[in-house]
Amino acid sequence: MIAGLLQLIARRLVQAVGLLAAVAILNFALIHAAPGDIVQTIVGEMGGATEETIRALRQAYGLDRPFHEQLLIYLGRVATGDLGTSVYFNSPVLGLIVDRIPTTVLLVSTALIMALVIGTTLGVISARYPRSWFSSIANVVALFGFSAPVFWSGLLLLLTFAVLVPIVPTGGYRNVARNATGFAYALDVAHHLLLPAFTLALIYLALYTRLSRASMLEVMGSDYVRTARAKGLPEPTVLFKHALRNALLPIVTIAGLQMSAMFAGAVLVETVFTWPGMGLLAYESIQRRDNQLILGILLTSAMLVIIGNLLTDMLYRVIDPRIRTEG
Amino acid sequence: MTPRPGIRAMLLSAVFALAAPIAAHAQKDTNTLIWGMIGAPRHLNPAVQSGILTMEPGAQIFASPLRFDEHWKPQPYLAESWKFEDGNKSLVLKVAKDAKFHDGRPITSADFAYSIMTVKNNHPFQSMMAPIERVDTPNPETAIIRLAKPHPAILDVLAPPFCPILPKHYFDDGTDPKVNPKNSTPIGSGPFRLVEFKPGEHIIMEKHKDFFLKDRPKLDRVIIRLFKDANSLALALEAKEVHFTTFADAIATLDRLAKVPGVEVTPKGGEAIGPINWLAFNTAKKPFDDVRVRQAVSYVLDREFITKRLHRGRSVIATGPITPGAPFYLDAVERYRPDAAKAEQLLDAAGLRRNASGTRFATSIDYGQGRPDYQQNIAEYLKAQLRRIGVELELRPAADFPSWATRVSSLEFDMAIDGVFNWGDPVVGVHRTWLTSNIRKGVVWSNTQSYSNPRVDELLANAAVEPNFDKRKAMYHEFQRIVVNDVPVAFINVFPYHMIHDVRLKGLPQTIWGSASPIDEMRWE
Repeated sequence: MIAGLLQLIARRLVQAVGLLAAVAILNFALIHAAPGDIVQTIVGEMGGATEETIRALRQAYGLDRPFHEQLLIYLGRVATGDLGTSVYFNSPVLGLIVDRIPTTVLLVSTALIMALVIGTTLGVISARYPRSWFSSIANVVALFGFSAPVFWSGLLLLLTFAVLVPIVPTGGYRNVARNATGFAYALDVAHHLLLPAFTLALIYLALYTRLSRASMLEVMGSDYVRTARAKGLPEPTVLFKHALRNALLPIVTIAGLQMSAMFAGAVLVETVFTWPGMGLLAYESIQRRDNQLILGILLTSAMLVIIGNLLTDMLYRVIDPRIRTEG
Repeated sequence: MTPRPGIRAMLLSAVFALAAPIAAHAQKDTNTLIWGMIGAPRHLNPAVQSGILTMEPGAQIFASPLRFDEHWKPQPYLAESWKFEDGNKSLVLKVAKDAKFHDGRPITSADFAYSIMTVKNNHPFQSMMAPIERVDTPNPETAIIRLAKPHPAILDVLAPPFCPILPKHYFDDGTDPKVNPKNSTPIGSGPFRLVEFKPGEHIIMEKHKDFFLKDRPKLDRVIIRLFKDANSLALALEAKEVHFTTFADAIATLDRLAKVPGVEVTPKGGEAIGPINWLAFNTAKKPFDDVRVRQAVSYVLDREFITKRLHRGRSVIATGPITPGAPFYLDAVERYRPDAAKAEQLLDAAGLRRNASGTRFATSIDYGQGRPDYQQNIAEYLKAQLRRIGVELELRPAADFPSWATRVSSLEFDMAIDGVFNWGDPVVGVHRTWLTSNIRKGVVWSNTQSYSNPRVDELLANAAVEPNFDKRKAMYHEFQRIVVNDVPVAFINVFPYHMIHDVRLKGLPQTIWGSASPIDEMRWE
């Protein structure tokens, strides 16, 4: 099993290099095709500038060079692990991203776990009692979460749970005025995480509810489930040990594929909740046309998605022994 | 059914655990101010960067030679006195005794000289200190600014938004001041010292214990929370997690927060910013090279409707290039009250008659999407108004600021909605839009209208060096009459910048520079 896993990782790493190079070139070309640049933003926030200042800024940031030269310089730097410097923040891109990755990973993974756990539970119960009122309500709630735009549902949840019934803060990652440490710090972060993670999870809840419901309904009709019941096993054991394990396969596949969509969804959620992650950084850098930072974020996101897919494949092997043997 | 005691205990613990951080939201007891701001400053040094985002924290970290009251009168600050000499070509400043930087080092005239020359050489508003030749320092307590010619705006530009006094021993390290990393970790002599600046997240400042003004500042700690979304900031204000914000102008937010108990919304303070929302014409392009066409458009722009209906009475009409209340403002100018018949006559006279389908000509308008009350809503309203007089308008919303700025500064637009600030003295923020010498392709907020009038050039050149206030005022009055008649720009409204704050906060910064001045008298009551 370990040899198979190592082979899989090696194969994926080789594919990843080519994929990342293609992503880097495509992103660079697309971003440079858009009108305007970071110098316009800087000059705008300065309240204007002279021609000389504008020329000097463009020269300093290499924006006066031809496209192909800029691209080659960029690719050369990326190959050595240097993602460049954020013109806006005057700081290395890598440092800015590394600073923000943990918060985004925390948000996305919490939302993914929330969506998986709640969605699968709702789906399993709905499958077990398909024509019950619970099943209908679960479907409606899940569908609402899926249909509502995240910036709207996020603001509504904020209004409800941070203003009308103030049990969570309106935004941020922690209460900077508190200066908490240790367990109090973890609790503070968890408190701030609750609503943004739930908002992000809400979008995917419907998917997992419906997927697990359909998958469970199919599995519940199988011979081995009938056999398990005939053996007199308790219903929870039949449901969760026998049926759910098989029903989980499509859910895990979709969860892996949804990782990239979740990172994209995090952009809006982080903006609404002022969650200082990569999504918020991406939004800010796109607004300012801070190209090096945008490119760095996109490349990092692509890497995270590749890692997510690799983990999915590995998990798949753990859940389904057939894949292990098929290699 | 009641939960089992174990489960009940767990639920109660969870509720208390969640409630504990909520209690921390009330900062009054810790004498802390939580200040909410939209956007992310690049750094915190206003000597080399303009813009409100840098000015606001900059004014807390750095002290400046002068500060201004609510009547546009200069007040002593780091310069305890000042006087003009040498036929208004020298300004003598006396450095305040006992003033110290945050690192404990005393402030001397050398710091004044270094700071003023740094601003002159690096600040984007090149006109504001252009006449300064050098700063002499005959002794540590005296700095003498030597001018090439009289410069009546000099006192204005020694204010906190433009002239922070930098510690020479800290900043003068041979690095280009514009990209010096110390701009993000500054030491100053203002009422608060920087504790932490996390770009895009927050700025934490603490009371400067050796601040030279007795019994100030009143607050122990100021935390600036940086928001990206105006709605999120509004909710944080409503939840009392944020106590104070400034330069708020979204109409729905102002209306909503004005009704929240314990929150006050006030338009007072910051008048010197002078923010005008206007419709710019590209006078180098047909048909807007004809003054009659520009006037026609101005006659269908119902400013009463915009300010009273679209802005629900929150904004006021902008009548010219200088905002109402400013010392050089002129009220008696052509008002362009709505008159569709007159607009049609003007277009006929300009040779733009209706064709068979009733259309005279088609044109376009560029605008950003960041502030719908002042951009998108007005553009859409104008489209309907212009159709009444036979003009078809194409709306060209820009995805972001760089896209809008590229279109406007490359002079590729027909009409554009733009927000332009006076910045105190007209020399700083007004001249740039009207001078023929400032028609610069590629430079946003230059004279992108390509407007040229020799009399206006002459008036502005003379006003820039005229030391007599009344003579200067007369020049600016004539200038305002001319540009309102020439209509390179149709003035719409003044942005209704409001301060939103917890009612228990007193001593608000309601001078002409608002929160771009020190908040050293702000306190909890």
